[in-house]
Amino acid sequence: MKIVNCPLNGPRNISEFVWGGEVKPMPDPAKATDREWTEYLFLEENLAGDITEWWLHAPTNYWFIARRNTITDQFLETMTYDAFLARQPLASAVIPSGEAEPAAKPVTGGGDTGATSA
Amino acid sequence: MSGHSNRIEKPGFGLLIDHTKPLSFTFDGKLFNGFNGDTIASALYGSQQVLLSRSFKYHRPRGALTMNGLDANTLVQVADEPNVRADLHPVAAGIAVKSINHLGSLQRDAFSVMDYFSRFLPVGFYYKTFFRPAGIWKYFERPIRIMAGLGTLDPRADHKYYDKAYLFTDVLVVGGGSAGLEAAIAAAETGAETLLIDENSQLGGSLLYGRVSDSREAADTLRTRLVAKARGLEKLTILTSTVVSGLFSDGWAAAIGGNRLYKIRARQTIVAAGSFDQPLVFRNNDRPGILFATAAQRLMRLYGVRPGNRAVIATSNTFGYEAALDLLDAGTEVAAVIDLGTTSGPTVDAVRSRGVRIVTGSTLVDAKGYLRVESVGVAAITGQGKTAAATDWITCDCVLISVGCSPALNLASHAGAKVIFDDAIQMHRAVSPPEGIALAGAAAGVWSPARVAAHAKATGSAAARLAAGEPGSEPPDADDPTAAAITHPYPIFKSGKGKEFIDFDEDLTIKDIINSVKDGYDDIQLVKRYSTAGLGPSQGRHANLNTIRIVGAVTGKPLAAIGTTTFRPPLVPEKFAHMAGRAFEPVRLTSMHHRHQELGAQFMTAGLWLRPAYYGSKDDAARTIDDEVRAVRTAAGLIDVSTLGGLDIRGPDAAAFIDRMYTWAYEKQPVGRARYTLMTDMSGVVIDDGVACRFAPNHYYVTATTSAVDQVYRAMTWSNVQWKMDVDVANVTAAYSAMNLAGPKARAIVQTLTTDIDFSKDAFPYMGVRTGTLAGIPVRVLRVGFVGEAGYEIHCPAGYGEALWDILMTAGKPHGLKPFGVEAQRILRLEKGHIIVGQDTDGLTNPIEAGMDWALAKKKPFYIGKRSIELQAAKGITRKLVGFAVTDSASPVPKDCHLIIRDGEIVGRVTSVVKSATLGKVIGLAYLPPTMTDAGQRFEIRVDGGAMVPAEVVPTPFYDPQNARQDI
Repeated sequence: MKIVNCPLNGPRNISEFVWGGEVKPMPDPAKATDREWTEYLFLEENLAGDITEWWLHAPTNYWFIARRNTITDQFLETMTYDAFLARQPLASAVIPSGEAEPAAKPVTGGGDTGATSA
Repeated sequence: MSGHSNRIEKPGFGLLIDHTKPLSFTFDGKLFNGFNGDTIASALYGSQQVLLSRSFKYHRPRGALTMNGLDANTLVQVADEPNVRADLHPVAAGIAVKSINHLGSLQRDAFSVMDYFSRFLPVGFYYKTFFRPAGIWKYFERPIRIMAGLGTLDPRADHKYYDKAYLFTDVLVVGGGSAGLEAAIAAAETGAETLLIDENSQLGGSLLYGRVSDSREAADTLRTRLVAKARGLEKLTILTSTVVSGLFSDGWAAAIGGNRLYKIRARQTIVAAGSFDQPLVFRNNDRPGILFATAAQRLMRLYGVRPGNRAVIATSNTFGYEAALDLLDAGTEVAAVIDLGTTSGPTVDAVRSRGVRIVTGSTLVDAKGYLRVESVGVAAITGQGKTAAATDWITCDCVLISVGCSPALNLASHAGAKVIFDDAIQMHRAVSPPEGIALAGAAAGVWSPARVAAHAKATGSAAARLAAGEPGSEPPDADDPTAAAITHPYPIFKSGKGKEFIDFDEDLTIKDIINSVKDGYDDIQLVKRYSTAGLGPSQGRHANLNTIRIVGAVTGKPLAAIGTTTFRPPLVPEKFAHMAGRAFEPVRLTSMHHRHQELGAQFMTAGLWLRPAYYGSKDDAARTIDDEVRAVRTAAGLIDVSTLGGLDIRGPDAAAFIDRMYTWAYEKQPVGRARYTLMTDMSGVVIDDGVACRFAPNHYYVTATTSAVDQVYRAMTWSNVQWKMDVDVANVTAAYSAMNLAGPKARAIVQTLTTDIDFSKDAFPYMGVRTGTLAGIPVRVLRVGFVGEAGYEIHCPAGYGEALWDILMTAGKPHGLKPFGVEAQRILRLEKGHIIVGQDTDGLTNPIEAGMDWALAKKKPFYIGKRSIELQAAKGITRKLVGFAVTDSASPVPKDCHLIIRDGEIVGRVTSVVKSATLGKVIGLAYLPPTMTDAGQRFEIRVDGGAMVPAEVVPTPFYDPQNARQDI
């Protein structure tokens, strides 16, 4: 059984975790074409190689980001969502358009990036 | 007792058995004797019962091959347990052992005629023979299944006690032979917590029965020294009679010991699993009495059983000569050693000096005898796989084979090591094992005793350092020139006619492998699947290498280019019972569970929860449920709804957050009011419903369905990780008990209790929510009505659940209050036309189809699913959920999921249906095409058995259409 290094709980058996799908930015639902929207819903990259995914530590209901290689079946690293955002400033934080509040708070890359190696 | 004893009464033989403790057991009903410490197979062999089984396809007589549980020849049935390996299973007084896979007796198996029909059973015959004409297979399947089955399953057999254990270690060493012992000792001495696992009851591996530098004493002395040292190390834990059956990622190993499955997490793993003997392939090489030299040595040294009176040895290495010395010491005559090459050295000299005839450059080409080998034909080798005619026939009653080995690379391969063929040693080798895996001993290609010790020690201490997080060292040198003198490159000799077996489990001969290639399956993976070579219980341990050799010879490819088939776990057969273990089935009970039991509730499962289905005898279920329904409609009922999910959502953004999660609008919801909630996923599919209660501007209490609450909670936290709204979500499902007091008398009942909540109609209207105390218990009260009567859903801290239940039951007694269960609730809610998400919706249902358009906020800029629902609304829907009633009261009652048929086509499906006593008819919900949803539209439902039941669309609610009763 694989071990996943949860940023909150440390290394735990993978049976405690739930896969949450690839990280993919949501297009603005108010502006996306029907095709863009349905592709967002139903198409995955399904890449053979390094991918970035959502994972949940189920007992503590804690969501985080994992980078995984689908060829070697290895967890490369895990990190908090904030650490992921700090690294990928372009990743959309699912902010629907036309809504004034509440905006995502700016993510500061402090000393603690929240990243842990796998 | 059958036959005379075959036991060796000399020191140095029979290490595992206790001569002072004889016992008896039966084999096929006949009484046999053995000793404490014997296996079934050794006790039978010791009583001259060499024949153990019939082969899978041709029903040929078979005997022990490895004496180590590695072949399928020894499969027997012990009482109700099928597929027992007789050479591993300890014999016990009184056990009833049966042979398998024969018609009539083991000695005279009527199915053995199959041997003569082999030309009608070509390789791949399942694919070739029964597929034409169409349907022919169904006539042949039954007789084939009867003939092919191994063992008997008794469906009434008790589930015996099996369990699981979880172990954690720095270094795991698999195999307790000299290499494993040296590695484990070195690892433990370096400071690592070390776990050593061996499949045999005694540590030592080949030191238990073999020789070191010709000397049995040297092997015994080495074993005694290593075992004593290992047993004395505090950091070294030893598990014997336990076999590691799989290695998985991150140092995870599975091991089976008796009735226990071990799941082991190791920082470093050393595979020192030794090697597998390889057969000599010649005509009738499967006759009972022909066995590996190591099997004969095990019989002699471990169990004190003489393999025969007169032996022939076929070998290509010194191990065969060592076995000759053992036979001579045990008192068996050695008629000849047939050497496929020209082995030399002190061992050969020792054998020769004891007067044994040695024939070099020759092989066995044939065996006579049926139930046991009687003589073997010997011929000179003239080229690869070629011989002169047999000129010499030697009488014998046992034949020992030692023509090479294949390292046990299965486990390393499970873990991800690559397996290559090494021409220099004519054996496979594991290369680039993944991090955390190392090999030692024969599995690593290291054979000579001195090198084994040095290499294993270095491997063990390196693993210990790596486990401690210290930098690793260069892997020790595994190059051992003596390894080249062990395995004959082509011990395969085809005769003109007859059968030379490659795979004993699957009864595959040289011809079958050649024909597989000729049929076009020339890749080793295809040969395996087409011919079934290696698919039997031995998993190719004895067939894989020879199959590769034949494919190489036929295709002209070098063995290294042919590759090998993939090793997959488990290494040895695992029982379902091992995986099931103690069969823990977690159950969640509500606080009032014991009250339900006292009231005679019949329970049903809802997720992990147990919920009362109804209160009363199973024999009188229908009447009981109707009584419960009537109590709710006419007086009052009380149902335990603690299993409903509850989520506390607090914070300045609570309302805005709920607005995004659910389809309706909540920002303007007044404090003290509940509002229906409908949740969809991103694709607009309905996934949950409930109510949102606003107890304060910044505090909502949201309910969710029993089975979906965990998903809802996950969806909320996943969303807010990204949205970063100022809100806290807590799943308080287990923290609250809840019960629904419903019926026209509900208010009168609560008003008899001391409370700070004003329950009067005007002060606490329908869809109102209040917090306060009821009979001194802190409560959250929701005036909602799933069942369509005036009622209160009362939530309290779980610790008070049983007390509040008792208080309400007592207060309700004068008013005719009855407890009611899930069955009555199903009828009550359906009479009101309320849907149950997951029953009346499926994995594709959108809110418009479910008739929930009224719960979709139009002005909100966003909620999860909004974009998709709008897209579907624009596209138009293809089905709609409607109420219906069966129009003919004499019709059978349809069931959930029965289909609606029009003009022979499926046009819809029933999702819920009940016989309503209140309404005096059968009502339900069903999906129909949008063109068929007008009230009064008639349609037909096909019920069990194919009858068509007429029904018509009826507007919902069926009961109390003005919703007046819930408002009283």
